[in-house]
Amino acid sequence: MRKSWWKILCVALLAYAVIGGILLPVPEIPQLQETIRNLYYHVCMWFAMMILFTTSVVYSIKYLRTLDISYDLRARSFAAVGLVMGLLGYGTGAIWAAYTWADPNNPAYASFGSIAREPKLIGAAMAILVYFAYFILRDSVTDMDRRARVSAVYNIFAYAMLFPSIWIVPRLLPSLHPGQEGNPALNFNDIDARMRMVFYPAVIGWTLLGAWIATLKIRLDILREKKWSNA
Amino acid sequence: MRNSIPFLLAFVLLFFSGIPSMAQSSGAEMADVMRSNGKIYVVVAVMSTILTGLILYLVSLDRRIRRMERNAD
Repeated sequence: MRKSWWKILCVALLAYAVIGGILLPVPEIPQLQETIRNLYYHVCMWFAMMILFTTSVVYSIKYLRTLDISYDLRARSFAAVGLVMGLLGYGTGAIWAAYTWADPNNPAYASFGSIAREPKLIGAAMAILVYFAYFILRDSVTDMDRRARVSAVYNIFAYAMLFPSIWIVPRLLPSLHPGQEGNPALNFNDIDARMRMVFYPAVIGWTLLGAWIATLKIRLDILREKKWSNA
Repeated sequence: MRNSIPFLLAFVLLFFSGIPSMAQSSGAEMADVMRSNGKIYVVVAVMSTILTGLILYLVSLDRRIRRMERNAD
């Protein structure tokens, strides 16, 4: 495989995240119990999404500076894989919340109504929809250069929208989601040292997996471009 | 398609590796790793199998794309 050291690193880190993530000790927290291990999977999806979207916007800016169409292909693929990671983060969050926030058999837990009003969920849904609009906008413009330019500008707007919708607003409103008063999982005081040993490698592993899929898509797109320009 | 045969073989081997632990279903509880700690190792095995399958699929895609790139040049 071409330049494969980081792919091997990705596989090793993910194997560690799955095996170590399930078997290594975690702090005992009421209500969360063993589900705290979801930190290695659910939270990593959002971290990977954020890093992939950042990569995408960097390529969009590079496109606007150079007008080189290959940067546009890269921006698109990284945004696509970031969106998949975001959807997986949303889905896994729904499963996790269903068993730790609301429980119809336990009146001490919140009702569904308060979950539907969760600012973090609404913000995340907004961010995902803004990125869906990016793909709809892209594919509705047929002229290649115009599509690249319009979608690069929109990508910068979409990236800017991430900050109010998933970082700022959820922290201003009351929420059941943890980490509202600081940087969840990044703060050295609120995450257990034993969990950090798995969490950070897991973030890198899942991000590299996303980057791997994105590079495959980019290479296919470049091949397709070559085929068209030769034909 | 020739390339996928080693992957298939690896999967078949993976499935057969589980048979010895299935064979000892009756009798005394033996010192069996897969049955300790509430059988959590079974979950580890399942998740590792899924991860292995996904990674092998990605590797095969990677190789197929590389072959296409070589043909295009």
